[in-house]
Amino acid sequence: MVAKGIYTKRDDGRKFTEVRPMKAKVGIVPSADGSATFETGKTKAIAVVRGPRTLHPQHLQNAQTGILRVNYGMMPFSVEDRIRPGPNRRSEEISKVTEWALSSVVDLSGFPNTVVDVFVQIPQADAGTRVAGINAAALALAHAGIPMKEMVSAIGVGKIDKTLVVDLDKYEDSLFHDGEGSTDIPVVMTSRTKEIALLQLDGKISVDEFKQTIEMAKVACDDILKVQMDALKGVANE
Amino acid sequence: MATPKSVPVGSGKEGRQIVVPGETIATGNEFLPGDGAYRDGADVVAERYGVLSIDAKHVRVIPVSGAYYPRRGNTIIGTIVDITFNGWLIDFGGAQNSFLPVSEVPRYINRDEMKEYLDFGETVVVKVWDVKSRGIDVSMKMRGFGKIDGGMIISVSANKVPRIIGKEGSMVKMIKDATGCSITVGQNGKVWISGKSIENEVATRKIVEFIVDNSIAHGLTEKVEKFMKELGLKANAPVEVVAENTDAETAEAVKEPKEDKE
Repeated sequence: MVAKGIYTKRDDGRKFTEVRPMKAKVGIVPSADGSATFETGKTKAIAVVRGPRTLHPQHLQNAQTGILRVNYGMMPFSVEDRIRPGPNRRSEEISKVTEWALSSVVDLSGFPNTVVDVFVQIPQADAGTRVAGINAAALALAHAGIPMKEMVSAIGVGKIDKTLVVDLDKYEDSLFHDGEGSTDIPVVMTSRTKEIALLQLDGKISVDEFKQTIEMAKVACDDILKVQMDALKGVANE
Repeated sequence: MATPKSVPVGSGKEGRQIVVPGETIATGNEFLPGDGAYRDGADVVAERYGVLSIDAKHVRVIPVSGAYYPRRGNTIIGTIVDITFNGWLIDFGGAQNSFLPVSEVPRYINRDEMKEYLDFGETVVVKVWDVKSRGIDVSMKMRGFGKIDGGMIISVSANKVPRIIGKEGSMVKMIKDATGCSITVGQNGKVWISGKSIENEVATRKIVEFIVDNSIAHGLTEKVEKFMKELGLKANAPVEVVAENTDAETAEAVKEPKEDKE
């Protein structure tokens, strides 16, 4: 990508299409049915899966299929200023979109009247927490032995001033206000059919640039999928 | 992702291949997707995380982690949580409760004496009779099944159960011989230990927990023997195992034949 705008070099020396160093591990919470962590740079997510288990209250039960329930939250110490623990507008939104993204691959039709709970916690945040959370949640669901048509991988792509970039960090995402400012597009892609399971857009971007960023996201998601596969295959071979 | 041409049936460390959901595990219309696999065009794709097993043309994924899913013929240990007009509901730690009809207990029970026979909170060893998506039916009619009286129950991960049982029940037999306790392993991860003295039971519990903690170790049997010696028990390696006709993957719980209580 030839940068014409003012953002010609990334703060941490990464290439514009480069994802921050990733780390993933499954089976970190012994009491859970499935668990995983996923890290990109300084962003860290922990996901825990419990279930399938009977859903209460009963009126929420679906007699045809089990349901997926996601709970996302940032820990009070995850950012520089302490954030008030507990649900807020933002965390409710991310819980919901994570649930929708994962529902497209998870198949709970074999467990009617049950729920699979996914708890995502962010102990350390440096932008891209929802995509890190989705990556961790996908790992944890697989680790819990939940039937899934395929895996999902998630990445944040965007535009800073006039430059298209992959995996924005905190500075690029929320502190960069010069020029045209920054645009952030979280993308969730399925592993097999390469379909888009979630796409959000915050900021402005032209249609052509948008298409380009989706292509960049596809490439990055393949890298992330590799990290996820290694994490799942590694633990069982120990 | 490389597609394996043929893989030895899930036995032995070398043959173990871990698959991830969405991964192509076999290509060709002659392969039949079984548990944990589905067909997508010519490919058979993993639907679950686990160990790949290709038996002739039958492709399955055997789970290695996660919650317990009951299968027909499993022995499970659970607690009575409800009494209905024609049976009991048993919680065994799975997605659904299991149902034990009055007709599936060893003797005739009158409607009004069900509570006297099996009360809330009492624990039973039962056999899975039928698995439906709506719940499972269990039976208590055969020998070795029934109400649990005395001893202790410990919970382990359901995925470690085959290691506690060992090949054809060798591990359970070894522990029994060394401690003199009877051990009943439920496939849902509940282990009932019952012995003459509390010391024996505690020692047995330690051994079971040792197996769970070291379940991925090579030469587990030797390690368990060594651990038994440390506990001051005389451990005899299993000489020749009585054929129980069970393989580790689908092993039946091994039970001490008990005199009928009724």
